[in-house]
Amino acid sequence: MKSATDPAPDLSRSPDRLILTAGDMGRVIDRIAHQILEKSAGGRDTVLIGIPTRGAPLARRLADRMRAFEGVDVPVGVLDTTLYRDDLRMRGVRALEETTEPPGGIVDKLVVLVDDVLYSGRTVRAALDALRELGRPGAVQLAVLVDRGHRELPIRADYVGKNIPTAPTEQVKVLLDEVDGRDAVLLQGGRS
Amino acid sequence: MRKHLLSAADLDREQATLVLDTAQQIEAALAGREVKKLPTLRGRTVVNLFFEDSTRTRISFELAAKRLSADVINFSAKGSSVSKGESLKDTALTLEAMGADAVVVRHSMSGAPHRLAQWIRGSVVNAGDGTHEHPTQALLDAYTMRARLGRLEGLRVTIVGDVLHSRVARSNVLLLSTLGAEVTLVAPPTLLPVGVETWPAEVSFDLDASLKADVVMMLRVQRERMAASYFPSPREYSRRYGLDAIRMGMLADDAIVMHPGPMNRGMEIAAEVADSVRSTIVEQVSNGVSVRMAVLYLLLGGAEVPL
Amino acid sequence: MTWLLRGVRPYGEAAVDVLIRDGIIADVGPRLAAAGAERVDGAGLVALPGLVDLHTHLREPGREDAETVQTGARAAALGGFTAVHAMANTDPVADTAGVVEQVWRLGRDSGLVDVAPVGAVTVGLGGTQLAELGAMADSAARVRVFSDDGFCVADPALMRRALEYVKAFGGVIAQHAEEPRLTVDAQMNEGVHSARLGLTGWPAAAEEAVIARDVLLAGHVGSRLHVCHVSTAGSVELLRWAKAKGFDVTAEVTPHHLLLTDDLATTYDPVYKVNPPLRTAADVQALRKGLADGTIDAVATDHAPHAVEDKECEWGAARPGMLGLQQALSVVIVAMVETRLLDWRGVADRCSIRPSRIGGSVRDGHGAELIAGAPANLVLVDAAARSVVDPAELASRSRNTPYAGMELPGRVVATFLRGRPTVLDGKAQA
Repeated sequence: MKSATDPAPDLSRSPDRLILTAGDMGRVIDRIAHQILEKSAGGRDTVLIGIPTRGAPLARRLADRMRAFEGVDVPVGVLDTTLYRDDLRMRGVRALEETTEPPGGIVDKLVVLVDDVLYSGRTVRAALDALRELGRPGAVQLAVLVDRGHRELPIRADYVGKNIPTAPTEQVKVLLDEVDGRDAVLLQGGRS
Repeated sequence: MRKHLLSAADLDREQATLVLDTAQQIEAALAGREVKKLPTLRGRTVVNLFFEDSTRTRISFELAAKRLSADVINFSAKGSSVSKGESLKDTALTLEAMGADAVVVRHSMSGAPHRLAQWIRGSVVNAGDGTHEHPTQALLDAYTMRARLGRLEGLRVTIVGDVLHSRVARSNVLLLSTLGAEVTLVAPPTLLPVGVETWPAEVSFDLDASLKADVVMMLRVQRERMAASYFPSPREYSRRYGLDAIRMGMLADDAIVMHPGPMNRGMEIAAEVADSVRSTIVEQVSNGVSVRMAVLYLLLGGAEVPL
Repeated sequence: MTWLLRGVRPYGEAAVDVLIRDGIIADVGPRLAAAGAERVDGAGLVALPGLVDLHTHLREPGREDAETVQTGARAAALGGFTAVHAMANTDPVADTAGVVEQVWRLGRDSGLVDVAPVGAVTVGLGGTQLAELGAMADSAARVRVFSDDGFCVADPALMRRALEYVKAFGGVIAQHAEEPRLTVDAQMNEGVHSARLGLTGWPAAAEEAVIARDVLLAGHVGSRLHVCHVSTAGSVELLRWAKAKGFDVTAEVTPHHLLLTDDLATTYDPVYKVNPPLRTAADVQALRKGLADGTIDAVATDHAPHAVEDKECEWGAARPGMLGLQQALSVVIVAMVETRLLDWRGVADRCSIRPSRIGGSVRDGHGAELIAGAPANLVLVDAAARSVVDPAELASRSRNTPYAGMELPGRVVATFLRGRPTVLDGKAQA
């Protein structure tokens, strides 16, 4: 099955550039966890919702760190946004992932959406639509590991691990131990 | 998936599993919701083209399309230009001009959806054609089996009844064998097609010898078949091939009983069997909507280029 | 007019010249000379007696939108035929002297091929009451072949009477062998493919049962029986048995049954729907063998033009039948000649000589040997030329050829009817 419309850049000629090492990623996640704790008065009435695929383990890691720092149990959920996307025609179908509501629901909670890369903003928009079906949160914030720019919608992140200026021809590849067997952020493809 | 779903044989194991998994996720996504609606197919047009009455199948597809926010047009042969002698091809060209993204077609003639697929650009979903196939019924049956019994691989499925005239049986044999189940067909020899020995299924004339199964699927048998001497009488048919309480008692404890509907109570299935806890007949109906949503999503949600 | 065909190979044998004068083959031999003769360069072309088709549907009167005698005659000439038998299932049915004479005149006026009308056996093809067979025999059309083709004369008593009755004027009953109760709503050959496709099966036994009955009846009353479009291996066996018993039985096979098989139905394209249906590869082999050993006497096209709307529809709604006249010889070359089952003399025998005797067109000079003094009904074929069949190029009004897109050998370069070219350089002359 083919899933992307843009022809994949020829990655064979340009070596991957390592943007974040495993150690960097640990520090970045720690920092975001601290920031969320700070902005939410110690994680009160806060839930984390990961957007598949890699947002889900990221959300769990953030919750682990928040527990380690402040001893709070922040509920974690997963929200598949595929059926809410407005660009299915261009991207093609994909297998759906499970949506799990965080224990205790989201009504009147501070919902922090968690994703690996913020790019066009369309995933976040779809997530906001999907979130509405689960209830009415008190507020919604966004945490991303990488913001690579090129927004197509008026959406910004509340917590950013690292801003990486990129060219559209480049790809930001986030690797997570839970999914990929190791932690790293790579930049692939040449500037043109 | 291909562009069309015309036969259960269009799906390989990976694709069939994708449909079932997708249906499961959709069902989970909608579970407990007040508004059972997803924006996925907004702006897409799905035409239900029904040349044969089948309220339950049409409603199931209509609900599936509407829950995905598609625009739905019901085009029934009754009271339309079709009943005034318009040909299938002219109807196809009309739908084409209307910009139908998908046509769900039910027709009394085998192969009509295949013909339609040659004349229109949109996707064609076979919602039952003559005595040929009914692939979404087979998908919802497989979905129901997997939901109840946890697996399909190695499952023993006995399909009983008018296999000769049954599109449900044809699609189920193809899909279930693709998914690794072991199918046994049980019928009087008159109601099995010549050539059935080439199907990926065992064949038996003896229902009592075929009850060591995880699933028993009863097919609708029309009483009118008696007039053409397929069997001597409804009484003899139900005695030899009907699922009654005694036969149900011979089934394994966790075995389930399925029926694609509409049932002939007292003919192929006794009332106490149809209403028993083994019966999945009501679940099959609700699962039908999820499975058809998955099919429409996978056919239409994707890129313009067939996947 | 005088024609000199240079360097043609009669029956594919040694090249000679053929001189045609006043409708007669005036001379056959090397390096003939004839002052003022029109010359045809026939180098390398195979010369055969003009083909005779025992089984054609010309659709006129009644369905002139599908075919007319004129368009069908053109297709016939381009296929190398000099005589065709036009089936009786027209509207009105050819069951009276008036209708058969009308068809016969239309054929004569076409000037392209001799059209021999087939008379219906029963009134309106109804299968219950004998038509006035004698009146049709005595008419200007001089009908000798009678058939309810499209329907079987199913009533055994009626069949017996028909077989007996036509003896009075040397007629023959051409039976469409199909037991109707075994073929209710039948759509295709009953077998592996019909089972999967959910199309009602047309069992081989429904053909064979009628053939078995009819050869016994013909033997019993000492009548001639001709079996139309034999399609199964079992039918060949029955015919072989009947001939061994000395019964006066002949049979035909269509080009499509010599080449195509029932797996084509998996497309659900009704261009492959035909009655009797396409059968299995084993049947095709048995039919070829039967034709090769003479158990089957003739190739007959069952050319069945249908209007677009009767084929561009659901399989079940489509009319059965396919075009055959223009590709018949090509298919015979593929199925019989290239497989070395028949040589060119064999082709001449099965496609011209025997059918002319079965149908009686021999009296009009068809099916004659290519020798000096014989009527000049002949065809010149470039056996090696291959071309892809394009339905748009066919002479028939209809387009329902099952051979569309297939590359077939054999191009009819010229056809002569009583010494006059109906086709020259591959083009019809009227």
